[in-house]
Amino acid sequence: MKKWQRKDLVGLENLTREEIELILSTAESFKEVSTREIKKVPALRGKTVVNLFYEPSTRTRVSFEVAAKRLSADVITIATETSSVKKGETLIDTGRNIQALKADIIVVRHNCSGAATMLARHVDISVINAGDGWHEHPTQALLDIFTLKEKYGKIEGLKVSIVGDIAHSRVARSNIWGLTKLGAKVSVCAPKMLVPVAIEQMGVRIANDIDDALKDANAVNVLRMQFERDEGTAFPQQMEYFKNFGITRERLEKAKKDIVVMHPGPLNRGIEISSAIADGANSVILEQVTNGIAIRMAVLYLVAGTKN
Amino acid sequence: MKLLIKNGRVVDPANKRDEICDILVSDGKISKVANNISCQGCRTIDATDKIVMPGLVDMHVHLREPGREDQETIASGTQAALKGGVTSLLAMPNTTPAIDCAKHAGLLKKIIRNDAAANVLICGTITQGRAGRKLVDITQLGKAGAVAITDDGASVDDQRILLTALKQAGKGGLLLICHCEDKGLSVNGEVNLGIASTRMGLRGISQESEYLRVQRDIDLANKANARIHIAHVSCKETVEIIAKAKKKGVKVSAEAAPHHFALTEEAVYGFDTNMKMNPPLRAREDAEAIKKGLKDGAIDAIASDHAPHTENEKDIEFERANFGVIGLETELAVSISELINTGVLDWPQLVCKLSLSPARILGIDKGTLGPGRSADIIVVSPQKQWVVEKDKFISKSQNSAFIGRTLRGVVEYTIVEGKVAYQLK
Repeated sequence: MKKWQRKDLVGLENLTREEIELILSTAESFKEVSTREIKKVPALRGKTVVNLFYEPSTRTRVSFEVAAKRLSADVITIATETSSVKKGETLIDTGRNIQALKADIIVVRHNCSGAATMLARHVDISVINAGDGWHEHPTQALLDIFTLKEKYGKIEGLKVSIVGDIAHSRVARSNIWGLTKLGAKVSVCAPKMLVPVAIEQMGVRIANDIDDALKDANAVNVLRMQFERDEGTAFPQQMEYFKNFGITRERLEKAKKDIVVMHPGPLNRGIEISSAIADGANSVILEQVTNGIAIRMAVLYLVAGTKN
Repeated sequence: MKLLIKNGRVVDPANKRDEICDILVSDGKISKVANNISCQGCRTIDATDKIVMPGLVDMHVHLREPGREDQETIASGTQAALKGGVTSLLAMPNTTPAIDCAKHAGLLKKIIRNDAAANVLICGTITQGRAGRKLVDITQLGKAGAVAITDDGASVDDQRILLTALKQAGKGGLLLICHCEDKGLSVNGEVNLGIASTRMGLRGISQESEYLRVQRDIDLANKANARIHIAHVSCKETVEIIAKAKKKGVKVSAEAAPHHFALTEEAVYGFDTNMKMNPPLRAREDAEAIKKGLKDGAIDAIASDHAPHTENEKDIEFERANFGVIGLETELAVSISELINTGVLDWPQLVCKLSLSPARILGIDKGTLGPGRSADIIVVSPQKQWVVEKDKFISKSQNSAFIGRTLRGVVEYTIVEGKVAYQLK
C-alpha cells in the first residue's frame, strides 16, 4: 500500500480506490483504541486541530473532537456565533489566521458547497471537510462504508440503496463516490423533485419506488428529511413522505432478511424511518456513530502524516 | 502621418480580400491596398507571415465606469482591449449610475473623450435603473450618442414594455440587445443544471431559463417588425431557435462568448470561481452547437462579455462569488485556437465574426479595410504560442477563465485611426 499523499480530505470524488481502502484499513487499527480502558494513543501529540464550524452540528463536531483527543491532539472548536466571522471576516482570512496560530489541521463545516475545497487551496495546513453545503461529507460516507464492510467483509458487489433527499444531500454524494469506486451497485430513491437531474451520470440507478429500492438490497442508507428547508419549490408533505418512502417493518419484510439499515442522524422518527426499524435488529445506526470515531482518527492521522 | 503595412496576409471579407499585399494608411484612413506599395520615409511595419485584419469590434464589454472604477475604468479597459486586438467596443450600461438617460450618456461620453484608447460606443438601458418597470426615453438616448439599448444582466420581464421598446428602438435606429433569462426558472442557480449542479451540489441554471425567453423575445420582435440582438448564447436550443427565426425572416442577430464555445461545465468542478458566469458554462453538446451556429450563420458575432470583478468578489465561497469573467485580452487567441485551428472557421469567416458582422449589426463604419475607411487595423502572429498568466493582464481585474491555458495567436500591433496604439514588446 502506498503512503497517504494528500494534504487535505475535501471529498471522495477525487480519491482513488486505493486511497479509500487505506483510510478504511487505518480506521480498523484505530477502532481498538476506543475499547481500551485508557482510550488514548500519542499519535498526534503536540498537534493542534481546529474545528471550524459555520453550521450547527453536534454529532460530527463531537466525533471529530473525540477522535482528535484520542490521538492526543490539542483541540479547539470555533463556532461561528462566537467568532469574528460574525464581524464579517472571510473564510480565507479566518483560515489564514488559524494557520498563523500554527495549528496543523482545520476541520471545516460550512453551508456553502465547495467551501472546504476553497479553504484548502488557500492554506498550507491540512483541511478536512466535515460537510460543505450539498456537496460532500466524506468522513460520513467513509464511516458508512466502514460499517458496511464490517458487516459484509467487502464492498465489491454489494447493492446499496440511498433513500431520501438526494438533491440536497452531501452524505448521498460522498456515499455515491465512495461506494461506486469500491465496486458497489448503488440505487437512489426519492420523490422526483429531490433527485438531481444528472444523477445517473454519477454511476447510480434510480429506483422506481421504495419497494424496488429495498428489493435485493444488502443495505439501505436512509437520509434525514430536512423539512425545515425552504427552497420555494415543491417539497413533499411529511406524512405523504412517510407513506411513500418511510422505512417501515412492512416494507423491510419484503427485503432481504439481513438488510443493513443505516442513517447518518439525527433521526426523524416516524418520518423517514419508523422507530421499530431504527431500534431494530437490522439497524446499525449506533455502530455508525462508534465507527465514526475510528474513521476520523484515521483521517486526522493520515493528513497529519503528510507534513513530516 | 503615413503608415505602411507590408507583406501581410490581408483578410478583409467586406471586400472579399484574402491575399498577401500591402496597406498604406494616411491621415487615419486606409488610402491604398495593393501589391508592392512603396512610401519614402513612411513608418513601415513588416507583416510577413502575419495576419492583417480589421480590429475587433466587441459588442459586449463591461467597462464598469462610472461607479466601479476599482474593477475597471474606461482607460484600463480600452488599454486591455488594444492588447487583445479590439479597436471598437460597446460599453454595457449597467454602471452606477446606469446609462438610462441623456444626462448619464453625456457623462459617459465625457469620460470616453478624455480616457478611451479605443473607440467606445455608448449603450443605454431599456428601462430606468434597469429595474424593468419604466421605459427610458429612447429618442433622447439616441440623440446623446447611444447606438444600442439593453438591460444586460437582467431580462425585461414585462412583455408590453419590451414590445414598446422594440418599436421605439427600431424607429430611432438603435439596436435592442436582449439578455435572455427567465429568473423564475433560473432561481438562484450557480452552474449549469446538469452534471455540474448534480456533482457539485449547487443550484442549477436550466437551459429553459434561457431559450424560452429567447423564443419569447424573438416572437415580440417579429410582432413589432423590429430588429433584435440576442446576447451571450449559451445552449443548443437557443441556437436552433435563432436559426429557425432567421429562416423565417425575423430580423434577429446573435452573439456568443468565447468561453461558451471553448469551455464546458466540467471546468467548474473544482469550484474555481473564474469559471462562474451567467449564463453558465454548459454541456459539450451546447459548446458544439455554438461552434456549428458560428459556422452556419445562426450566430453572427463573437463578443467577450468582458466582466471584470475584483479578487475580493471572486476569491470567496462559490455561491457568494460574483458572476462574470474578463475576456478582452483572450478572445482573439481563444477564437483562433478553438475555431481556426480546429477547422470550424476559416480566416475570412473568423474576421466576419469578430469584426465585420458586429460592426454591421451596430451600424458603424468599422470592420473593413476598404480604401477611405478608418484605419482600425491589427497585425497578428496567428500561430505564436503563449500561456495566459494572471499577472500579465492589463485589465484592472484578473478573473479570466483561461488562466494557465496555452493559446495561439498574439496581437503584434493594434492601429486605431491610423495610429499605432499598441505594440507588442
